[in-house]
Amino acid sequence: MAPPQSPADPPSENGPKDRRDKNRDGGRAVARGDSTPSDHSGAERGAVAAAEGGALDVLLDIRDLHVAFGHHEVLRGVNLAVPRGQTVAIIGESGCGKSVLLKTMIGLIRPTSGQVCFDGRDLARMSERELTRTRVRYGYVFQQAALFDSMTVGQNVAFPLRQHTDRTDDEIEQRVLSRLAQVGLPASVAPKRPAELSGGMRKRVGLARALALDPELVLYDEPTTGLDPIMSDVINELIMRTRLSYPVTSIVVTHDMHTARKVADRVVMLYPLARLAHDEPQIIFDGPPSELDRTGDRRVSQFVKGEAGERISELRGA
Amino acid sequence: MANPASTPTSQASPPTAAETHSGSGHDWLADLGALVVDATSAIGGFAIFTGRTVAWMSTRFPRGDTLWPNLYQVGVLSLPVVALTGTFIGMVLAVQSYAQFRALGLETRLGAVINMSLVRELGPVLAATMLAGRVGSAMSAELGTMRVTEQIDALASMGANPIQHLVVPRLLACLFMIPTLVIMADFMGVVGGYFYSVVILGIDQHHYWRNSEQFVGNFDLFSGVFKSLFFGATIALVGCYRGFHCAAGAEGVGRAATAAFVISFVLILLLDLLLGIVLEALYAYIWPEGAKLF
Repeated sequence: MAPPQSPADPPSENGPKDRRDKNRDGGRAVARGDSTPSDHSGAERGAVAAAEGGALDVLLDIRDLHVAFGHHEVLRGVNLAVPRGQTVAIIGESGCGKSVLLKTMIGLIRPTSGQVCFDGRDLARMSERELTRTRVRYGYVFQQAALFDSMTVGQNVAFPLRQHTDRTDDEIEQRVLSRLAQVGLPASVAPKRPAELSGGMRKRVGLARALALDPELVLYDEPTTGLDPIMSDVINELIMRTRLSYPVTSIVVTHDMHTARKVADRVVMLYPLARLAHDEPQIIFDGPPSELDRTGDRRVSQFVKGEAGERISELRGA
Repeated sequence: MANPASTPTSQASPPTAAETHSGSGHDWLADLGALVVDATSAIGGFAIFTGRTVAWMSTRFPRGDTLWPNLYQVGVLSLPVVALTGTFIGMVLAVQSYAQFRALGLETRLGAVINMSLVRELGPVLAATMLAGRVGSAMSAELGTMRVTEQIDALASMGANPIQHLVVPRLLACLFMIPTLVIMADFMGVVGGYFYSVVILGIDQHHYWRNSEQFVGNFDLFSGVFKSLFFGATIALVGCYRGFHCAAGAEGVGRAATAAFVISFVLILLLDLLLGIVLEALYAYIWPEGAKLF
């Protein structure tokens, strides 16, 4: 029951660090190699092959996913396989379960039933430790950026680097500044607090933080919501530029059709369960963005064009 | 803080209100059942949370940069209020007991009464109560805000376990600092009691100290500090648990902070009773003849 004494601090601090690094090498080097040029081009070829629909190297596989909170069912029987290198936009109206789906993909929400497999392994079957280790291969861009407000902007971006690498302070600072520069932020923002930044800047810091460790899979939760049209397009460009710099797999949850059309190879539309009959699938559209205008489904075209249709009378009735 | 009764948004209350209107016996039974289920799941949730925290604590010692700020926050910044609380308890005890003991001509026994109540009971419990308000609510509000603004999810998404990063350092800080602060409260209480008894009431100081020495033993000191270890763990775990399970919005954060204080206060009193019984039994077991002294 006696609390550990502080002299025990230095040795036990080294222990976890070593272990962490081994984990990192074991987990990531196998999957995509670190930064040697040959590995890089190999992974790129894989991405191209996947995009062409050749040997489908599925990175994220969702099978028959059900999520319910108490009696409130949000996702029902969702199936989605995302090949390595693809950029998928998940669209749908507010409350249809897009964000819940995104959080389930990284194990922040546990499925009620069904599986979410990342690189062939079921997230729900992992121990807390394995899950923690696997998440290093993810990047997550939060809707409100979710920057740690007890830290400066620089410390926020440095956080994953300090957690999972044993780089020196100088190396980390260099990396932080280059990440900030990539998202178009000057070095002068690094010592500021997140509260001092505008919404667009905060989102870009969140993006820089999510990309700090070159993740294999980046999840974007409404990256352009609440931004002006120009800043929205800046974010779109950044998402695309990330894709060009290395073969990342991205999943973008959005209800901004401009974003969906611009960045995505594939668009998946979710529909709220409350509006569906019991046997209808929840995914009502799955295809390239160019197909969006050709679909005969009125629910899809209504969303894509942004028409209220009969909704206003429904709201009045309720 | 907001009045919890005015905002019936908790999961259990809307059906409860609806069902009492219809007023049949069956609904009353259903309410009771729902209450039992809620209480059981809350206790289970808290037990799992505690288990996970202990598991992370026993495998990885937190890094200095997460531990030091918590030690400072819990320990150093609480020192003034705890010292003040201690001093006043000592003086109040002197004021309250003086008249009765004087009537019996036993005023020099005040030393024993004040110091004994202080180190065994009032020092630990009142210091812990003070800290439940200062430290527990602050933890709960801070972690609640982090939950609401998705910072806890962000931590998890970056491969950093939130329990390991947020809860373990806070628990360790409370386990180190709260017993330390209780010792400080005891000391200031002894000083306060002495000041009022000897300087203001004019009790003979030789006999005052002689009586204290005779009655207050090491076991009394030990039992006070030992209890405070449990109080510290309670404050940290309840504060963090309520923060982690905070409802959305500013109101949720406020309620989490209030609930953290109320729950840890009740648990502190409950633990005080249980540990008091256990420690008495232990004392009687080790020193069977010593128990007769009181």
